[in-house]
Amino acid sequence: MNKEKIKVFIGMATCGRAAGAQAVLDAAKYEIAQKQLAIEIIETGCIGMCSKEVLLDVVLPGKSRVTYGNVTPQDVPVIFSEHIEKGLPVKKLIVGQLPVDSKINYEQIACYGSLPFMAKQKRQIIKRCGEINPEKIDDYLAFAGYKALSKVLKMSPEAIIKEIEDSQLRGRGGGGFLTGLKWSICASAQSEIKYMICNADEGDPGAFMDRSLLESDPHSVIEGIIIGCFAIGAAEGYIYIRSEYPLAVERLKIAIKQAEERGFLGKNILGSGFNCNLKIKKGSGAFVCGEETALMASIEGRRGMPRPRPPFPAEVGLWGKPTNINNVETFANVPLIILEGGKTYAQTGTLKSKGTKIFALTGKVNNTGMIEVPMGITIREIVFDIGQGIADNKKFKAVQIGGPSGGCLGHTNLDTPIDYDSLTQAGAIMGSGGCVVMDEDTCMVDIARYFMDFIQNESCGKCVPCRIGSKRMLEILTRICQGDGREKDLVLLEELANNVKALSLCGLGKTSANPILSTLRYFKDEYIAHIKEKRCPAKACKKLIQYRVVALNCKTCSLCVKVCSSNAIEGGAKGVAAFILDGKCVSCGACFEKCPHNAIVVTDANDFLRDKETQL
Amino acid sequence: MDYIKKTKRIVDKYNNDKEAVLDILQDVQEEFGYVPKESVAYIASACSVNLSRLFGILTFYSQFYLSPRGKNILKVCCGTACHVKGAERNLAKAEEVLNIKDGQTSADRMYTLEKIACMGACGLAPVVTINKDVYGHVTPERIDKIIKNKGYRE
Ligand SMILES: Cc1cc2nc3c(=O)[nH]c(=O)nc-3n(C[C@H](O)[C@H](O)[C@H](O)COP(=O)(O)O)c2cc1C
Ligand code: FES
Repeated sequence: MNKEKIKVFIGMATCGRAAGAQAVLDAAKYEIAQKQLAIEIIETGCIGMCSKEVLLDVVLPGKSRVTYGNVTPQDVPVIFSEHIEKGLPVKKLIVGQLPVDSKINYEQIACYGSLPFMAKQKRQIIKRCGEINPEKIDDYLAFAGYKALSKVLKMSPEAIIKEIEDSQLRGRGGGGFLTGLKWSICASAQSEIKYMICNADEGDPGAFMDRSLLESDPHSVIEGIIIGCFAIGAAEGYIYIRSEYPLAVERLKIAIKQAEERGFLGKNILGSGFNCNLKIKKGSGAFVCGEETALMASIEGRRGMPRPRPPFPAEVGLWGKPTNINNVETFANVPLIILEGGKTYAQTGTLKSKGTKIFALTGKVNNTGMIEVPMGITIREIVFDIGQGIADNKKFKAVQIGGPSGGCLGHTNLDTPIDYDSLTQAGAIMGSGGCVVMDEDTCMVDIARYFMDFIQNESCGKCVPCRIGSKRMLEILTRICQGDGREKDLVLLEELANNVKALSLCGLGKTSANPILSTLRYFKDEYIAHIKEKRCPAKACKKLIQYRVVALNCKTCSLCVKVCSSNAIEGGAKGVAAFILDGKCVSCGACFEKCPHNAIVVTDANDFLRDKETQL
Repeated sequence: MDYIKKTKRIVDKYNNDKEAVLDILQDVQEEFGYVPKESVAYIASACSVNLSRLFGILTFYSQFYLSPRGKNILKVCCGTACHVKGAERNLAKAEEVLNIKDGQTSADRMYTLEKIACMGACGLAPVVTINKDVYGHVTPERIDKIIKNKGYRE
């Protein structure tokens, strides 16, 4: 008899919770209590398949792990009675199976490796995410956890840095600076006291890789930080994390405490004589605090405003001492590099970008989620293979990479390889890993306006080009979106953008024009349509569109009347076709989406006016 | 006074450390849901920092509030992923249902409405949170239900 317990895994990261994981967990606990089953429930982090949340996995002793997707509390009793009690997996909910020791136990179920979402990924950093319980250090230890730390403690700092240099790892926080070089500069700084900082501010809206890593596998990041501390000679490290991530903060606290209890942190780590402490600092809601000098000002308890560099943090950093700062994902790469060796690590990737990159694939694709891909993969492969194309049979328009500092790339860039230099050349940046897919319904001028609104809000106000420049650029973009754009606006916009780029103090301003410059480069026709024809090709800018009812299609079901919050629809009942009152309609589009008979259409506002004139 | 007593406890925890004012203010914010004037004055004298510096910090970071907020905090994410999926309509609906604008608190102090830029669940965009509950794939119709049904009124 196999004494191993049956295991049920439930993804309980923020995304899982958003999809209702708590209710599924409760249902599973209820089922276990009712039937008095000997089953272990394991709350895991996020495996990355956001569009399939809530995810629930069942492992019968000695058999493959079977993953169920889009699980609701009502599905739980079925899964329990069929799969767990009778050994018959419930086909309709299955996502795939993960064979143990490459034994395939269930014939007709697709293996993880062959799922479209997984096939082109190379999951070496997030491999434990969703597999282990992030609140149990033993789970991490079972996956070679802290082995890299014990290894480096017997090495010299120079040898460790050599290993990182060999890997050619580049910072994953945006800039792409060589991590080994950064460490060696800080290691050679002369000072008794040095600091190590982990940047977990992740302010880029539309990105969540760092959150997922910290919620799903916090120990790998902590191990990377400790190794970094040892290499540069720092006895104190800070993790600066944004306060919008309460669960990640919670799990980090637990992980740090456990690491201290096991002697991986604190005094005399693993008997090596090396001391190291880690502290968590929470941000308070300022995007600019992700910039390294602003971040340090914030840790010191001041307003998070950047300062000019040089001096660089490696010379004058936190509290005036030499400081090394890296991103969460950068640190998560470190244990792997130490374990498999820098040269082996560098076999993945392109000439100048090595290893893998984690992306948050979101927006209008079928498969959204957290993915890890080898450098050099093309945008097409990400969107159409991993992401499985655009949702709702719409057409692909663009992908926004790099957040507010990045850019929008269109059709012509689909075969651009993902690496630091190709992306920069194309007008985007690698950034932290946000990858938002847009379809034909997304207006590119509106996206540029959206990012400028964000930048203008988040500009710290210290330097004039960024503070005033962002405001002026936002004004121009807003008026273009409202149909008040002028012929000269595009020239003005480009000139302003280039000035702000050249003159701003920190990266926030320097890159703030990228969304504008990239949309102007690839989607200029949309700007021109807004300005010259007062028309929004994507039919997204409210001032430029008009909803109306095609009376012939109207079945007078009155759904649109009920959904309209502006009382702008008359008729629509008792055989009288609905009619939208232009004066009251705010173009929210609620009726358009609600109508089951395609009786509501959206047209250009000026067409509508023209039609009306001809009718008169 | 209650404010002072509780603030003192927090300041004591950090040994009146001038360099920990940000942590102190965060704890005060957490304790009261906003940062009362009385607390600011107390921290200024207890840690010997200028009032102007404290207000400088309080107004710089968006997560400090100088007036009381609602019992329930409704946050509508308008980050990039949510924006692309129509988050602005959720915001408009929430404003309509609660009859307050972004950043405001309802007269009965039951709700505060806030527009935020990404809370890291972009795969399930558009996203809305109330207090600690996170909701994914939210539509304007669902927002209405979330606000009304969830017993957030107690
Ligand atoms: C406005 C601005 C925001 C930034 N936000 C982040 C962030 O959220 N996370 C991050 O890791 N780096 C961010 N950075 C980059 C950091 O300044 C720094 O380069 C990075 O943390 C270095 O780590 P790396 O070498 O591991 O990439 C930001 C930079 C700027 C200019
Ligand atoms: S953009 Fe809304 S959760 Fe990230």
